[in-house]
Amino acid sequence: MTTIAATSAPARRRKLVGTGRRQWIGLLYVAPAVALVVVFFIIPLCMTAWMSLHNWPLMGAHSFIGLDNYWAILRDTRFWNALRFTGYYTVVVTIAIFAVAFPLALFIERPRPLTGFYRTSFFMPAVIGFASASLLWSWLLNVDSGLFSPAAFELGLTEKKVNLLATFQPAFWSIIAMVVWKVAGFTMIILMTGLQSIPPDLQEAAMIDGAGPLARFRAITLPLMRRTLALALILSVAGSVLAFDQFYIILRGGPRNQTLTAVYWIFNQSFVSFKLGYGAALSMVLLVILVALSLIQLRLLRQPEGVD
Amino acid sequence: MAQARSRKRRIGMQIAEHATGIIASLLFLAPIVWTVLSAFKPAQESRQPPLPPWPTTGFSVENYATLNTFGDGLWLPAQNSIYVSVMTVVLSVIVSVLAGYGFSRFRFPLKNLLFVLILSTIMIPFQSILTPIFLVLTKIGLHNTLTGLVCVYVTLQLPFSIFMMRNAFDAVPREIEEAARMDGANNVTMLLRVMLPLVWPGIVTIALFAFLGAWNEFLAALVLMTDQSKFTLPIMMTALQSGRFGAIDWGAVQAGVTVMMVPCLVLFLLLQRFYIRGLMAGAVK
Repeated sequence: MTTIAATSAPARRRKLVGTGRRQWIGLLYVAPAVALVVVFFIIPLCMTAWMSLHNWPLMGAHSFIGLDNYWAILRDTRFWNALRFTGYYTVVVTIAIFAVAFPLALFIERPRPLTGFYRTSFFMPAVIGFASASLLWSWLLNVDSGLFSPAAFELGLTEKKVNLLATFQPAFWSIIAMVVWKVAGFTMIILMTGLQSIPPDLQEAAMIDGAGPLARFRAITLPLMRRTLALALILSVAGSVLAFDQFYIILRGGPRNQTLTAVYWIFNQSFVSFKLGYGAALSMVLLVILVALSLIQLRLLRQPEGVD
Repeated sequence: MAQARSRKRRIGMQIAEHATGIIASLLFLAPIVWTVLSAFKPAQESRQPPLPPWPTTGFSVENYATLNTFGDGLWLPAQNSIYVSVMTVVLSVIVSVLAGYGFSRFRFPLKNLLFVLILSTIMIPFQSILTPIFLVLTKIGLHNTLTGLVCVYVTLQLPFSIFMMRNAFDAVPREIEEAARMDGANNVTMLLRVMLPLVWPGIVTIALFAFLGAWNEFLAALVLMTDQSKFTLPIMMTALQSGRFGAIDWGAVQAGVTVMMVPCLVLFLLLQRFYIRGLMAGAVK
C-alpha cells in the first residue's frame, strides 16, 4: 500500500473522532456505579427526609404530618437515653481502644524477631466481623456454659457463677473488653503507618540532643502523628456512634434497656414497631449528628501538621 | 565490664519485651483458638466446665452435626452467605474497575461531581437509610432476595473500591496506553488486555474488602432478609444463639462461629499485604 501519507490522515481523523466520542464513553464506564449509588443511596437518602414528615406504617396508607415526628422525638426519653448511652459508650470505648492500640503500635513498629507474628496475632480479631465476634463473646460471657464465670468459679475465685450480663456495669465493661479485643489491632495498624512515616533522623537528632524517650514522644512522635491520630479517631468515633451488632447480639438492649444504642432504637422503631416515618425522623437526627461530627473531625484532619 | 553489664541488661530487656509480646499475642488469639478447639468437643463435653479448652475425650464433629439440625440446617445459610459474598465480590470488582477506569482516563461532563457524589456516600451511614432501602427493594421487586442484598453491599463498597481503582489506573503510565493504541487496541481490549494485568493488586484488594464486608455484614441482612430460607450465616446464628430454636446449644454456637470466622482468617493470612495496602489507601485519603 502507499504508505505513510495514506494512513496518517485517517489515523489523525480517527484520533479526533476518538477524543470527541471519548467523553461519552467515559460516562458509559461510570454509569453502572452511578446507577447503583443513585438507586441504593441517593434515592433512599431523599426518601428518608420525605418519610420523616409522614405517618408511615408498614401496611396501609401513609399520611403527611409535617414536623410531628420531630416533635415526638423531643418527648422520646428512650431515644435521648439511647443517644446519651451511645455518647458515653463512644467516649469510653475510643479511649480504651487508643490506650491499648497505641502501645501495641509502638511495640510492633520497630522490626525485630517475631514482629510479624505479633502484628498478625494482634490483628486477627479485626478481620472476623462484629457479628462473629459478638457471637463468640456471647458464649465466653455466658453465665453457665461460657468461659469467664465458670472458670472463675472452678478456680475458686468466686463463690458462685457470676452473671456478667445481668447488671449494667459488668455488662457494659464486658462489651468494652470485647470491642477493644476486636478493634485494637485495626487501630494499631493505622497508628503504625503514622509512626513509620516519621523520618528516623528526627528521632536520632533529638536523641543526640539528649532528649529522653518521653520527651521525644511528646515533641516529635505526637505532633507528627496528628493526621494519623485524627484519622484513627474519626474511624473509631464513627464506628462507635453506629454500634449495633454487639449490643443486639450479646445484650439485646441489656439489663433493663440500659444499653440501647441510637441505631438500636431506630431499628426498634422502624423494624419492630414498624413506625417507618418515625424511624426515618430518628435517622435524620442521627444523620445530622454524624455529619456534624465528621465535619468537625475533618477540620481536625485538614489542619497543617507540625504547626503549633 | 560496663559493656558486658549493659549487654546483659539489653538481653534482659529483650526477654522482657518478648515475654510481654507473647502474652499479649495470646490474649488476642486465645478467644479464637479457644472457640475453634471447643467446637470439636463431643456434645457431652460441651456441657461440662470450659477448662481445659480442648476436647479431652477425643475430637468430634458432633457440634457441627447438631448445628445442622436447627432451622434450615447449616448448609443453606452457608450457601446464602457464599452466594452473597461471591456475587458482591464479582459485581463490585466489575463496577469499580469500569468506574475507576472511566474516572481515571476519560473526560466527560459532570465527572468531578459524580466522583465526589460517590465518595461522599461514605460520610452517610447506611444504617440511617435502611428503611427506604427496604422500600426501594420492594418497589423494584428485589425485596427479600439475596440479589437485593448483593446490590446494597456492592453500593456500600463503591466509595472505597472506586477510589482504590482510580488510583490504580492513575498509576499506569500513559505511554503504555498510547503504545497499545498505536498497535490498534480499542477501548475494550485496552482495558482487558493492557490495563487489567497492571492493576490486579488493586483488584485483589477491593475483592478482599468486598468479601469480608459482605460475609460479615449483619444489620442490613437482619432487616432485609425476612424469610428464614434467605438468612445468611450471621442471621441464622443469631437466631440460634437467642434461643429461637429452643434451648441454646453453645457447642453448636461455637461450631457456627468457627464456620463464620475461618474463611476470613484464611483469606486474611493469604492476602495480608493486600489488606494492609487497602488500609493505607484509606489512611492517605
